[in-house]
Amino acid sequence: MSSAVRAARARELGELVSPPGRSPITSPRRRLAASAFLRGPWLLLGPALAVVAVITGWPLVQLVVMSFQKYGRAQIFGAPPEFVGFDNYVEVLTDTEFWVVLGRSLLLCAACVVATMGLGVAVAVLMTRLGRGLRLLVSVGLLLAWAMPALTATTIWGWLFDTRRGLINYLITQFTGADFMGHSWLNNWVSFYFVATVVITWQSVPFVAFTTYAALTQVPREVLEAASIDGASSWQRFRQIVVPHIRAVLVVLLVLQIIWDMRVFTQIYTLQAIGGIAEQTNTIGVYIYVTSVVSGDMGAGGAIAVLLVIIMLAMSGYYIRSVLREEGI
Amino acid sequence: MSTQAPPRAGRPTAAPTRVGSGQPVGRRRQRRVTLGGTIRTICALVVFVASVFPVYWMVNSSLLPGAAVRSSTPHLWPDEFTLDNYVTVLTPGTRSIDFLPALRISLIVTLSTVVFALLFAFLAALALSRFQFRSRRMLIVGVLAIQMIPAEAMMISTFRVLDGWNLVNTTAGLTLVYIAAVLPFTIWTLRGFVNGVPAELEEAAMVDGCSRMGAFWRVTFPLLAPGLAATGVFAFIQAWNEFTFALIIMNRADQRPLPVWLRAFVQATKETDWAVIMAGSTLVAIPVIIFFLIVQSRMTSGLVAGAVKG
Repeated sequence: MSSAVRAARARELGELVSPPGRSPITSPRRRLAASAFLRGPWLLLGPALAVVAVITGWPLVQLVVMSFQKYGRAQIFGAPPEFVGFDNYVEVLTDTEFWVVLGRSLLLCAACVVATMGLGVAVAVLMTRLGRGLRLLVSVGLLLAWAMPALTATTIWGWLFDTRRGLINYLITQFTGADFMGHSWLNNWVSFYFVATVVITWQSVPFVAFTTYAALTQVPREVLEAASIDGASSWQRFRQIVVPHIRAVLVVLLVLQIIWDMRVFTQIYTLQAIGGIAEQTNTIGVYIYVTSVVSGDMGAGGAIAVLLVIIMLAMSGYYIRSVLREEGI
Repeated sequence: MSTQAPPRAGRPTAAPTRVGSGQPVGRRRQRRVTLGGTIRTICALVVFVASVFPVYWMVNSSLLPGAAVRSSTPHLWPDEFTLDNYVTVLTPGTRSIDFLPALRISLIVTLSTVVFALLFAFLAALALSRFQFRSRRMLIVGVLAIQMIPAEAMMISTFRVLDGWNLVNTTAGLTLVYIAAVLPFTIWTLRGFVNGVPAELEEAAMVDGCSRMGAFWRVTFPLLAPGLAATGVFAFIQAWNEFTFALIIMNRADQRPLPVWLRAFVQATKETDWAVIMAGSTLVAIPVIIFFLIVQSRMTSGLVAGAVKG
């Protein structure tokens, strides 16, 4: 730190004491550096800001504008869009299908979040209790599941749950005696969402498990030992020492999982391609796509999208605050 | 992450055994630990199999002839080993939807995304890490908040904006979208790495006559190599896997990147040939798995801070 202070002081003295151009320390080149220092951050931020402003910012503005316009097929082919105020929002919010889709998304999100958090924390606790070899084995397995692209993962599970040749139907038939050959998992929205929950949970558990495990290794060992000497049972130690220690991490994980699972698109859209009745299984992400692209009502689609963005940003508030606090910004 | 963590196995159970050794309570605990150990081993194996099996099943099915995959009893290992499915996927013209053009598009888009995102993010990370300026906090909040805007909400308006500039169905258009999409995350991650390089090194170089930019380029940049590698791989995985924007921007059959190709391929062949689909899935997944395993040790902390799903 002292060298930084010294360097800064030298620079300051150099510029204050000797008038520019006369001292060898304050050469023109040095002054250039000083003015670059002042302009610096914006020059450096320029390219990134430009790309994000043009490719994310401008469409975001367009999205909000579009949600207040009548924007259907006619407008796509060149008719000027007319402003209709909050009509799109009224139309969306009074449409029962929107509420059904929203309810379904919440249901799927809740199922995935509960399963992911429960299993993830359980696996993390298990990993702290395993020997080195077994823990490596579990880590490798989790990494492999985590590394799979969402699309391939969904395709694989679609094959495992396949109606005619799927391994799951075969195993159920073999072990329970019930005839599941030819049973379609994707034809019924409840079992469709069951499959979706399995796919999403399978892919999300590793992240939760690794993060929780990392937090668990930070719990001070002395405190745990002291508690066990004082006669605390392992459940009491977990409940009263470990959980408060990792609470912040768990809450951030919970918020992230809710955000990610609420907007799920790839898995649902791909499962719909493998089988299943699209109208009964749309989640909010897919519904935006269907309303805007398939039905061609971009105004209503835009209104739903704006609502989704608002919900997401509201939910991220906690996450962003906690990151800022942690980084001390 | 986990594989590099110090070995702390059995920490909570080891303590009581040591403390109470020689006492009856201690001995009873010792026995319970063994039973618990067996249960834990079984649980560990269940977790391992549940995680790995679907991946194994994909590779297994891809190495079996179509007839074996279609037979009424599943083949649990590739006993009728064949590479025919891979040949089918890779040979041009055997199916209406070709793999190789999609691979070419995916490679162009992904690699350009990585190069430009790293370059822009490096500069922006320097700005956020090395300079104190008034809107800095606001920018950091922006970097974090922008990642929370779901692609699903943005896809229609992004399509329209790109359409206005004739960038739909072009690799340039998709690349631009991906650069914008990965920038917040890459900036955030690189910012962490830049924070780890002492600013004194730059100051020293400047005292020795280097310009500020020269100091960044000659001193900080080389020291960031590991960070750039990790961040680059993240960007690669993101761009390689991305599906939502690809689906809407590259809507022409001859302009499909791999994920969109795979979905179309599934839809076209699902009833007839799961073996070929699994060969295609394996080819799409392999680069990601390899890269992912390379950077996994940096994954957890980076992701918690940057909030991007792997």
